[in-house]
Amino acid sequence: MSTVAFEIHDMTVAYHRRPVLWDIDLEVPEGKLVGIVGPNGAGKTTLIKAALGLLPLASGKVEIYGKPYAEQRRLVGYVPQRESVDWDFPVTVRDVVLMGTYGRLGWFRRPGRAEREIADHCLQQVGMASLAKRQIRQLSGGQQQRVFLARALAQDARLYFLDEPFSGVDAATEAAIIELLHTLRTSGKTVLVVHHDIQTVREYFDHVILLNMRLIASGPVETTFTSENLHKTYGGRLTILDEAAEAIRQREPNP
Amino acid sequence: MTGLTLSDKVMIGTALLGGMSGVVGSFAVLRGRSLVGDMLAHAALPGVCLAFLLMGNRNLLGLSLGALASGLLAIGAVTLVVRWTRTKEDAAIGIVLSTFFGAGVVLLSIIQKPAIGGNKAGLNSYLFGEPGNMLTGDLVLLAVVAVFVLMAVSLLFKEFKLVCFDADFAQSQGWPTLRLDLAMMAFLAVVTIVGLPIVGVILMAAMIILPAATARFWTNRLHVLLLLAGGFGMAAGILGTKLGQGLPAGASIVLTAAAIFTVSLLFAPRRGIVARLLVEFRLRKRVVCEHLLRSLYELSESQLPQLPTLPLPRIREYRYWQPWLLDRLLSQAAAKGLILQVDQTVQLTPLGLHRAAELTKAHRLWEMYLMQCANIAPDHVDRDADDMEHLLPESLLLELEQQLADEGRLPRVQADVPASPHQLGSVGNRQ
Repeated sequence: MSTVAFEIHDMTVAYHRRPVLWDIDLEVPEGKLVGIVGPNGAGKTTLIKAALGLLPLASGKVEIYGKPYAEQRRLVGYVPQRESVDWDFPVTVRDVVLMGTYGRLGWFRRPGRAEREIADHCLQQVGMASLAKRQIRQLSGGQQQRVFLARALAQDARLYFLDEPFSGVDAATEAAIIELLHTLRTSGKTVLVVHHDIQTVREYFDHVILLNMRLIASGPVETTFTSENLHKTYGGRLTILDEAAEAIRQREPNP
Repeated sequence: MTGLTLSDKVMIGTALLGGMSGVVGSFAVLRGRSLVGDMLAHAALPGVCLAFLLMGNRNLLGLSLGALASGLLAIGAVTLVVRWTRTKEDAAIGIVLSTFFGAGVVLLSIIQKPAIGGNKAGLNSYLFGEPGNMLTGDLVLLAVVAVFVLMAVSLLFKEFKLVCFDADFAQSQGWPTLRLDLAMMAFLAVVTIVGLPIVGVILMAAMIILPAATARFWTNRLHVLLLLAGGFGMAAGILGTKLGQGLPAGASIVLTAAAIFTVSLLFAPRRGIVARLLVEFRLRKRVVCEHLLRSLYELSESQLPQLPTLPLPRIREYRYWQPWLLDRLLSQAAAKGLILQVDQTVQLTPLGLHRAAELTKAHRLWEMYLMQCANIAPDHVDRDADDMEHLLPESLLLELEQQLADEGRLPRVQADVPASPHQLGSVGNRQ
């Protein structure tokens, strides 16, 4: 068995006391492209955010290459949902990509020539080199997504989390992203992708995590992405689980 | 500093305040926290009054510490209200702001009673601002705060930029986003509080928001935005005190800032209203001109390659034109050499024909595409194509032509470039 890049142990995550992920337990081996699949509200984004330490865990733990996230930050790259930022912010495309290098730079140090070269190289990899000086407002949806990808590349990580990179992008961008994912895999990186379109799962990914408030299944696509598991994932929510969550929320009159 | 006259001091003081509130305000505005400055300012009043009651004099540092304390209390109150009740943040800010301000006004009226001793002169300036009371010590405090805040902002520029743009990403990289947010807020609080005696609690918010909002019209780069916002703030401070002599200074500074904002809103390149209207106007002008050429082509089409002379009434009949517009369009087209206009007749020139043919081709390609690929009814297609064809880049039209040709819906595209009259790649071509 190869190295485990990413591991979740008995993780439960709650928003305002309402649990949205129950008791997740999974392992992802190094060098795989992993799709995180499930219906709306299944907790796909929550899984990523909890893994990145953006949400507190109600219980359980997350490990990156065998150690807690806080110690392994430098190994992790993150592509948030495109809608999560204000695209009218006064920065250029290259400024955004440079942000990927901030983690390595540390306090007070400004990006210099070396960082700018990294940024330009990353922009080249996503086919956006000619737009480095554009203001980000002038980009199309697909271009915005590529800028975010370039920023994650600039993080030079070993494990990447991508939140819905294919949503609302053009066909050319989708193809470019896929090609990039393959390049990353070839160089031994592990990539987890929140994905909406079940049609393309087989084509795009080696591994799949099926999620619907709890873990339905996780493993290689051939053995895991079965119609039985899909039925479990999409065949309606577990009403008892939903009701339990609601009951916990209602117990105290908090918002 | 003793060599400075009062008006010099006032000018330097307001310039310092304007500059730093522009810089600090930029981050607040970009982070979507512009109202926090307003709340801090209003909530400072009861703290100022209590500090005066405790100290019995109006030492600026003491009053400022009082202001800071009640400002922080107000932020704490908003946080608690949002966290523990169903009240939304904007409502909570409104509630806390007015409650604290009300308390401040009550305290102020108590202080005004003769039973309370101490030198009260200038305490009222906290309401509307009165830079005329500025002492040399106040000026030194302003300068110290300005240097401190500007140094901190230039040190933390990268960190603030990241948190303002994408806080989640910043946190995933391990930046302490909460503490950075608090630092931004603390700078805002300090600047607000030293600004209170100059522009007053009511108008301080404008000093935070206006320079930043103004600068946004002029640039798309953050560091330029900060410099510009600082500059606009300074200009508002200096001009406001100069122009508003004899008027309440806080109000005239804010009105000057608002005037600079209005000018930017109207006349800034690209983002300004005038620039945007101009773009719109040019597009409309191009569209009507293209309509004219296409009409002339369609009227001449049956007799091509001869170029018939067309009587004006026929052109009017063919498509509706406002008479003055048609006259102007025709004379403009004639000036560009696209048509010959003699008396009441119009004739396309060869150049005009070339242009008109291109436009007509683009229009018809679109019509075909829309009818065949998007299933738009033939009686609607003319207008639908019209809406779009003027905005399409040439590369897309070429692609469209290629696609229609590939599907056999259009004769194969032929380049009508004649063969080269000499041998290509010969020495004569390389110079």
